[in-house]
Amino acid sequence: MTLLRHAGIAIIAGVVLLVLSSKLDSYRQYQLAEVAATIVAVAGLTILIGVSGQISIGHGAFMFVGGYATALIVMHLKWNLALVILASAVVAGVAGAIMGVAAARLRGPYLAGATLMLAVALPAVAYQWQGVFGGDQGLDFTVTSPGFLGVNFQLTEWQAWVCCICALIVLVLLANVLRSRVGRNWRALRDNETAAALAGLNVGLLRVRAFIVSAACAGVAGSLLAMTMLNVTPGAFTLALSIQLLTAVVLGGLGSLAGAVWGGIILVLVPPFLSNFASSHGLASASASLPIAGYGLVLIIVMLAFPSGVQGGVRRLLGPVAPAATAPVSALGRHWHGLRKRVGGQDVGAELTTTKGVDKEGFG
Amino acid sequence: MNRPHRLGLAPLAMLAAGSLLLAACGNSGSSSSGALQASAPGVTAKTITIGSHQPLTGIAAPGYDEIAPASNAYFQYVNAHGGVYGRKIVYKYLNDQYNSSITTTDVRQLILQDHVFAIFDGLGTPTHLAVAPFINSEKVPDLFVASGCACWNAASSLPETFGWQINYIREGKILGAYIASHFKGEKIAYFYQNDEFGQDGIKGLGYEIPASQVVAKEPYNVAASNPAGEVGTLTAALKASKAQVVVAFAVPAFMALLRLSELSLGYSPTLVSSDVGSDPITLAGLLNSFAKKSGAFGSGLIQGIITDSYLPSLGSSNDSWIKLFTKIHSQYLPKLPLDGNVLYGMSVAYTFVQAMLKAGRNPTRQDLVNAVNGGLPQGVSVAPYAYSATDHDGITGAYMAEVKNGVLVPLGPTQITDNTATGPVSTDSSTQPPAPANGIP
Repeated sequence: MTLLRHAGIAIIAGVVLLVLSSKLDSYRQYQLAEVAATIVAVAGLTILIGVSGQISIGHGAFMFVGGYATALIVMHLKWNLALVILASAVVAGVAGAIMGVAAARLRGPYLAGATLMLAVALPAVAYQWQGVFGGDQGLDFTVTSPGFLGVNFQLTEWQAWVCCICALIVLVLLANVLRSRVGRNWRALRDNETAAALAGLNVGLLRVRAFIVSAACAGVAGSLLAMTMLNVTPGAFTLALSIQLLTAVVLGGLGSLAGAVWGGIILVLVPPFLSNFASSHGLASASASLPIAGYGLVLIIVMLAFPSGVQGGVRRLLGPVAPAATAPVSALGRHWHGLRKRVGGQDVGAELTTTKGVDKEGFG
Repeated sequence: MNRPHRLGLAPLAMLAAGSLLLAACGNSGSSSSGALQASAPGVTAKTITIGSHQPLTGIAAPGYDEIAPASNAYFQYVNAHGGVYGRKIVYKYLNDQYNSSITTTDVRQLILQDHVFAIFDGLGTPTHLAVAPFINSEKVPDLFVASGCACWNAASSLPETFGWQINYIREGKILGAYIASHFKGEKIAYFYQNDEFGQDGIKGLGYEIPASQVVAKEPYNVAASNPAGEVGTLTAALKASKAQVVVAFAVPAFMALLRLSELSLGYSPTLVSSDVGSDPITLAGLLNSFAKKSGAFGSGLIQGIITDSYLPSLGSSNDSWIKLFTKIHSQYLPKLPLDGNVLYGMSVAYTFVQAMLKAGRNPTRQDLVNAVNGGLPQGVSVAPYAYSATDHDGITGAYMAEVKNGVLVPLGPTQITDNTATGPVSTDSSTQPPAPANGIP
């Protein structure tokens, strides 16, 4: 049933995005593709950090793996696009497994340090084997939209489609994993590792699995970004990217897939918006630093206003904080209920509050 | 009843005929000068919008962040003095931090969303290489890339793209010819950026300097996570090679790091630098800021660096071009120092205005490309341009110079050469025209 519900939501979202993407100009389509790709990476990381309780400051490295895998496969093997993305996920997943084995033995700051090292060291591979990876220059390649769409079909729209479809598939899969036994085990692990081990869970295996899933998502994201930009360079996968992904996870709402969507949107759209704002208001000199400052400011404001991230804030604004039976419904929540009652003509508020506790994971 | 009616019509008919005649006159009058129309994306009756990607922050920003504001200062000067056929130039430059993944996004925004008429002076070899195919596929003129990579000269695969500054192969040959004749038999080492910028440079050097004299080649990566540490290691290798002459193809920040590492290792070879990394004011400022010193520390460390330049020296205050740019600088850009980067930005902007004027009153994108393909007259550069339908290289020569007391002092006449291994490096016979009196081509 949950599978059906998640698939249903995804299909509706897909149709909306399909209509939306055909209305957008090609730059917005490009941005849509960027947002979708980033959401995949943030969703993968939120699983690792928010659900399994492990940290990674090096997820840009797995995107690097996925991106370069895509570029190399497209250039040398010319596989079908879906296969390319899948292969990139597998390659990044293998990298994640290797990292995960090491990660399973490390905790907290030590794990953060190890993953940090990965983010710093891996791009150096591109310099070491210039002939294969193209050094600083990276690799350029092209993808084309399939023939049945016609020759005049915008490449950017096709890229937006591919990225959105992949993002939706990944989100549905992750939502289901979260509600499966694996997801419950991860949460048990996160909340109390000793208790989880006492309950008979294989703690090490669970941790490695979380790393694999998360790295595979980052690989898909790297692959999608590479296909959107049509090149990969070491400069695209800097330490700054890894840290931005981490902030996007926290910003959106730790452990929530909807939060990952918020995080991805903010990460991609806020900096160019601020930069354009600065240059169109005669602040050309500030346009360089304003996006960075603005992103920091958004982070501070969100953390102060909604300690549980944007998604936490949305939840608080749209519904009651806690089940009505045990805690008083907030004023805003009550107001909302009143509205819903009037509009619907029947009491849906109570039903909402009772399902709320269960609905926290998954798409919530 | 009929009579007055007819009489009433006559003046009306005359009026109508008269106004038709007037309209006809008006038409023929304006068509000889051509009414200003929105003739292409980015061109309206009043403005021409062009775009660029520039490193306003990041490792390449020191110095280079002045180039786009300097170009803009020159455009403002042109706008204030009648514009280009009456249109004002609007210059929109985005910060790519010298990171080609950001360049990719920036250029898509400029072309797909802002609909700029042309990309102008996009800065950087690795950054611009990432977007040149896209710009060409969108058929947007890609004028005067701020990079001397020989790769911009590809009229068949990149028909919209044109270089401007002397390319690194030519520059390497001119530096190499000087080194080969002035440092005969001495040990020579290369320090270079490990991309097409540095690799083209050492290719040119290799055409002139005997391989037997070269004792070390040390490349650096511009995206290095610890630039100071990396340069330190490379400098130690240079010192170990006992090279007496170090030739650098490096951006200013890495030049400064090289100089500081030499100082701390007590190693003092003759330093020869590409024009890219040798602007005295930028370099002295970087040395001071990296070493947390002030005053004469930086300028002392750059004394005696041998380099080349394809623009008039800022030290020759009687030069008409330097006078022009000094005037524009003091009026439109007083906050920035008048250094080589500002000179570069204004010079390339001057060349762009040359091309726009040649493209006609109501230019299409193709008109602009055709204008440059037809060749541009020599202006601010010391040597002629190579532009033709088959050659998209820019300036063809440079003069050797030495840094003395913070300015470039020429060491000889302008040398010109080509991109081939065997083409000679010879003295330029052309004479540079003086700057136009009104400062507009």
